[in-house]
Amino acid sequence: MKANLKYNICWLILMVAGFYLMNALILVGVIDSFLENMVVTIGINIILAVGLNLVIGFAGQFSLGHAGFMAVGAYATSIMISKTPTAGVFYLSIIVGVIIAIIAALIVGIPTLRLRGDYLAIATMGAAEIIRIIINNMKMTNGPSGMFNIPQFATWPVVYIMVCVTTIIVVNFIHSRGGRAALAVREDEIAADSMGINVFKWKLAAFVIGAATAAVAGSMQASYVQTIAPNNFNIMESIAILIIVVLGGVGSITGSFVAATILGIVDAALQSFGALRMVIYALVLILIMIFKPSGIMGAKELSFKRLFNPKSRKAGAKS
Amino acid sequence: MTTLLNVEDLIKNFGGLTAVSDVNMHLNDDELVALIGPNGAGKTTLFNLLTGVIVPSSGSITFRGSDGLIPLNGMKAYKIANLGMARTFQNIRLFKELTVLDNVLIAMTANYRENFVQSVFRLPKFYKTEARIRQEAIELLKIFDMQDDLDQLAKNLPYGTQRRLEIVRGLATKPKILFLDEPAAGMNPEETADLTRLIQQVQHDFHITVLLIEHDMSLVMNLASRIYVLDHGSLLAEGTPKEIQNNDAVIKAYLGEEA
Amino acid sequence: MTTVFQQLINGLSLGSIYALLALGYTMVYGIIKLINFAHGDIYMLGAFWGYYTINFWHFNFIFALLSAMVVCAAAGVVIEYFAYRPLRHAPRITALITAIGVSYFLENGMSYLYGADTRNFPQVIKQVNYDLWGVRVSNIQILILVTACLLMVLLQLIIKKTKMGRAMRAVSVDPDAAELVGININRTISFTFALGSSMAGAAGVLIGLYYNSIDPLMGMTPGIKAFVAAVVGGIGSVPGASLGGFLIGLLETAVQSLGFSAYKDAAVYLVLIIILLVLPAGIFGKNVKEKV
Ligand SMILES: Nc1ncnc2c1ncn2[C@@H]1O[C@H](COP(=O)(O)OP(=O)(O)O)[C@@H](O)[C@H]1O
Ligand SMILES: [Mg+2]
Repeated sequence: MKANLKYNICWLILMVAGFYLMNALILVGVIDSFLENMVVTIGINIILAVGLNLVIGFAGQFSLGHAGFMAVGAYATSIMISKTPTAGVFYLSIIVGVIIAIIAALIVGIPTLRLRGDYLAIATMGAAEIIRIIINNMKMTNGPSGMFNIPQFATWPVVYIMVCVTTIIVVNFIHSRGGRAALAVREDEIAADSMGINVFKWKLAAFVIGAATAAVAGSMQASYVQTIAPNNFNIMESIAILIIVVLGGVGSITGSFVAATILGIVDAALQSFGALRMVIYALVLILIMIFKPSGIMGAKELSFKRLFNPKSRKAGAKS
Repeated sequence: MTTLLNVEDLIKNFGGLTAVSDVNMHLNDDELVALIGPNGAGKTTLFNLLTGVIVPSSGSITFRGSDGLIPLNGMKAYKIANLGMARTFQNIRLFKELTVLDNVLIAMTANYRENFVQSVFRLPKFYKTEARIRQEAIELLKIFDMQDDLDQLAKNLPYGTQRRLEIVRGLATKPKILFLDEPAAGMNPEETADLTRLIQQVQHDFHITVLLIEHDMSLVMNLASRIYVLDHGSLLAEGTPKEIQNNDAVIKAYLGEEA
Repeated sequence: MTTVFQQLINGLSLGSIYALLALGYTMVYGIIKLINFAHGDIYMLGAFWGYYTINFWHFNFIFALLSAMVVCAAAGVVIEYFAYRPLRHAPRITALITAIGVSYFLENGMSYLYGADTRNFPQVIKQVNYDLWGVRVSNIQILILVTACLLMVLLQLIIKKTKMGRAMRAVSVDPDAAELVGININRTISFTFALGSSMAGAAGVLIGLYYNSIDPLMGMTPGIKAFVAAVVGGIGSVPGASLGGFLIGLLETAVQSLGFSAYKDAAVYLVLIIILLVLPAGIFGKNVKEKV
């Protein structure tokens, strides 16, 4: 109990310190609007990657439809705050987005989560595309041309807090009864089943939590960038999130943070390279995969428990 | 002495192959029964049928629950497990990339509750529950002398220890019946003797029923109060160790193969 | 009635392109369990090769088609050698990301070197439309169908009748056992990539003729559709890929002709999901259950 409190306080200090560091850097002008944009993009990508990592890395379900749920959140927020641009409605819209994303995840997950591996990937990809095509053809969403001038409520502090909240939810879920059940499903479905674990229920739980966090990221994206179009949420976006997860390490939340940050910085640094940028990006991606096949962090996590007790062999729990 | 599990006319076909054919058997409260038979006799298949991993082609399996008889045919494996049936696997199926402690905690999933809000916001109740079940898990591991391996990954354990962890994991589900599929396979004589003692102790202390598949005859004869002999999917004989040792059909089936 | 036949012809033409592409996905998946994301970009390379050789070297159609097949086969082998072979024993998701990297590399490399704009594919064969009982069929459509079917028959013969084909089947069933009986795994996998990529190259030239426009990103959508086709047919199954390709092509045209063209991709994915729910391993795929 005491020890847990110590680690929790460490994480809290880290989060608060990060916030004030960012604040200070903006005040003294080290972080300009270009860099702020980079940091916020990284933050949104962290939310997306952490949620997808829960589904792929911890529950072991290969989903390729993350962008579809992101779209749900993005459009819920855009539509609601374009009508009523108040902070209250903005926060309400996040909740509405999350609820719709959960419903969508249930509709998609209940039939498809009985599929395995690549078949699940391709089915969830299809489902996400269906969501996107529906949005593409709706009046309320303004069809293919998307929505503009969305009021900006998602400033960097809001995004920062959302990164912390979603990560805490996901990490704490992983290190609880449900998360352990999901891990068992990843490791061996038949053994989990025989140990009394409702395999389908925990797969679905992880999938739904992942979808809910994706919706939050979508809300942030829509209200920070202020314009969205259905094409922002296509297969390529799902793949971009997958790349962060695999690059960081499947099953490492720390890895998702690191990879999202590195890719965000690389992307910003390559802005001036024009058309060559994506070629370099592609090469870097291939090389990292060849030389570090398990991703930057493997399945390792940053852990205060381990920092304080270097002898402990446990790969660490964030809590 | 009452019947806990009753199996009638159980049949399983795989395509043209009848792996289990017309098996009738029963397990009583608080007894240790062995299931023997040559390789390919259908013992593991029978376990799979009883624990719901595969569905019988025909026949019935009935379990005596706290409020009446429950037919298990076609029931999902996890529901059967939650009624009080646990098993180990002939080809060890631990959660390899997880720690010893997590392996055991996972098996306890159905026996405690944590609600989402408690765990996600780390309310005091969460830490209390975690501490309690962790203690329970450690107590179980102590019986099998594994309390020092809590943070080891299951895949890094020596082979014999992995088999023992499978038993602990089974016990952690709080079963009424424990199915052990060749728990001593690949162990040296010393380990086997150790395990024999443990199985006996656990069966006695926890008042559970154990159905044991084993090839080591001395282990079987020492432990079991009754023995079922399976051959080519059918029951060849049933009886006490003494009766089985003197059963002509069994002797023929076992010796006949070598002669 | 004539419109039904009209759509049938259109659907079959489109479907044969998907089928040619799907064959490459299915063969590669069958042998190394990799979703070769870069396969659609090989098809783009084929189309560009056709474009350049016809325009600047004045190749005729047959020559452009055959040379595109050879060049794409080589490209497939090179990509496998450098990008996928080092990862043969890595987690499968790693290889998948590498394939995505290769895809990005080809798409953006082409954009960088030759520009991202769309260009008109040279009309190496003049389009002639025939009117068969009210159904309009172009010589290009007939050419696509005939070429695609010929190639599929040829592929089937190679897989069923040649030593290399037998090796491919052996490796896809059990690579370790195949190696034990003396099959050269690396050569077999290279050969598989060569075969699949040559089909994609042919499809690229054919689509250039049919749609008359090409660009560096042209492989993305048909690539994904063709993969869906391979999954629908049962990934790993060669006849399944052909069938899936034609099915998807027909479905798309049907939905389009009913006036729902905005939903044609949604229909494809919906059918995909429904087929997988009924047949979790596709139409011709075997659903192997794990033995406990
Ligand atoms: N899932 C399955 N599919 C097909 N045949 C099976 C399957 N499981 C077991 N068998 C066959 O059933 C027979 C009995 O096997 P098993 O129950 O494992 O025997 P034992 O455990 O007594 O050695 C064997 O011939 C085996 O090949
Ligand atoms: Mg067996």
